[in-house]
Amino acid sequence: MAAALKPKLDLDPVFIGIHTGGAWVAERLHRDLDIKSALGTLNISFYRDDFTRIGLNPKVKASDLPVDVEDRHIILIDDVLQSGRTIRAAMNEIFDYGRPASITLVVLIERGSRELPIRADIVGATVTLPKGEQIKLSRDEKTKQLALTVQKSNGNT
Amino acid sequence: MSGDLQFDSNKRLRHLLSIDGLDQKTILEILDTAETFISVGERQIRKVPLLRGKTVVNLFFEASTRTRTTFEIAAKRLSADVINFNIGASSTNKGETLLDTINNLEAMHTDLFIVRHIDAGAAYLVAKHAPSHVRIINAGDGRHAHPTQALLDAYTMRQYGKDFKKIKVAIVGDIMHSRVARSLIHILNILGVPDVRVIAPKTLLPVAIERLGAHPYFDMYEGLEGVDVIVMLRIQRERMQGALIPSEQEYFNLYGLTEEKLVVAQDDAIVMHPGPMNRGLEIDSSVADSDRATILPQVSNGIAVRMAVMALIMGGNQKNKGAEN
Repeated sequence: MAAALKPKLDLDPVFIGIHTGGAWVAERLHRDLDIKSALGTLNISFYRDDFTRIGLNPKVKASDLPVDVEDRHIILIDDVLQSGRTIRAAMNEIFDYGRPASITLVVLIERGSRELPIRADIVGATVTLPKGEQIKLSRDEKTKQLALTVQKSNGNT
Repeated sequence: MSGDLQFDSNKRLRHLLSIDGLDQKTILEILDTAETFISVGERQIRKVPLLRGKTVVNLFFEASTRTRTTFEIAAKRLSADVINFNIGASSTNKGETLLDTINNLEAMHTDLFIVRHIDAGAAYLVAKHAPSHVRIINAGDGRHAHPTQALLDAYTMRQYGKDFKKIKVAIVGDIMHSRVARSLIHILNILGVPDVRVIAPKTLLPVAIERLGAHPYFDMYEGLEGVDVIVMLRIQRERMQGALIPSEQEYFNLYGLTEEKLVVAQDDAIVMHPGPMNRGLEIDSSVADSDRATILPQVSNGIAVRMAVMALIMGGNQKNKGAEN
């Protein structure tokens, strides 16, 4: 992923990770690629399309975009791309901060079940999973090591 | 008196009628959510689409510019449509009038009522009779409750680094007529504040204040000793006819917050006031304008806290399901 991102770096991009998993991946890429612009994080809770059904999750931290996105090239980073709804919400939120020059979508894992016409530009790995299973990124807060696990979805997907 | 009406069968907050009946977890959830909303007010576009397409009605049977405005701003920052209804509360048969008004507004397909009324229990009455999809927030009912004010006060204390488990809080002034005081005493008790005091002349203290969970003091110097937070209440001049206070000057001498009296409090004590304040009556200008005063931050926090309450009660009609990517 880092290698695929290299050509983009000439554009002085702004890295933005989506809470929580995407922010971890973004943090890692931001550090490994030695990006100058400060790292942004998005909490898309306020933009989700399922708010009237599931409500808010108050545990997630607020969005933090320390740089102006106006006319900048955005590298938007998430851990898992599935339905595409999170990405739609994230793009809506970014546009409430300004009008970026471009958005490039980077995901660690791409899996099936897309529900919106959204594709990632740079993908770490593509996996095929049955609908009832979830892939989840976790982080050891001491070592900052990231780990992926596949689990049965909890509840009624 | 709110009973279980505030929660649905999934234990989700449906209406906010009073602090009474909330648990610590729910309160902290509201404060945490408010914290995430603070940043929305600082962005270029101060709006998020959570309540897009919803209609919020500010139903004020009692005048209040500040509370109404902050509810209105909060609703608009959540992208709701807002209708303001300011209704004089002079009609005789209030119960019936209130419900008739609600029925009419409900027929216009509204989603959330913010209710302020001079009679205690008005918001509760509305919640009891409203159809199940309509949500109610109490914006002050009589002497009973003003839950969003208590929430924003608690939020402000936490913002200034006060640890609920350790602090001493003094509430000063007209406790008798104050719904702010009642709701605040409740929330501080639920949050585990070990020392909640009220300071007032005997005529402005309700009997059995200790049963509410606050220790009464009649002397400012004694009551303010070592406190971390001072909450000054507005002296409602219109209620002070008769013998409740000897004179405004006398009241200021005894109970007005001055630099001199503030000395006995903790060095980092903050001074709060729900507004609008009477300078020179309950608070001296030099205190109100000092950096101890959190009066303006309270107003900004009020918007975030009201956004949080609206978002929490309006969201999620279904049991939680796994997040989708």
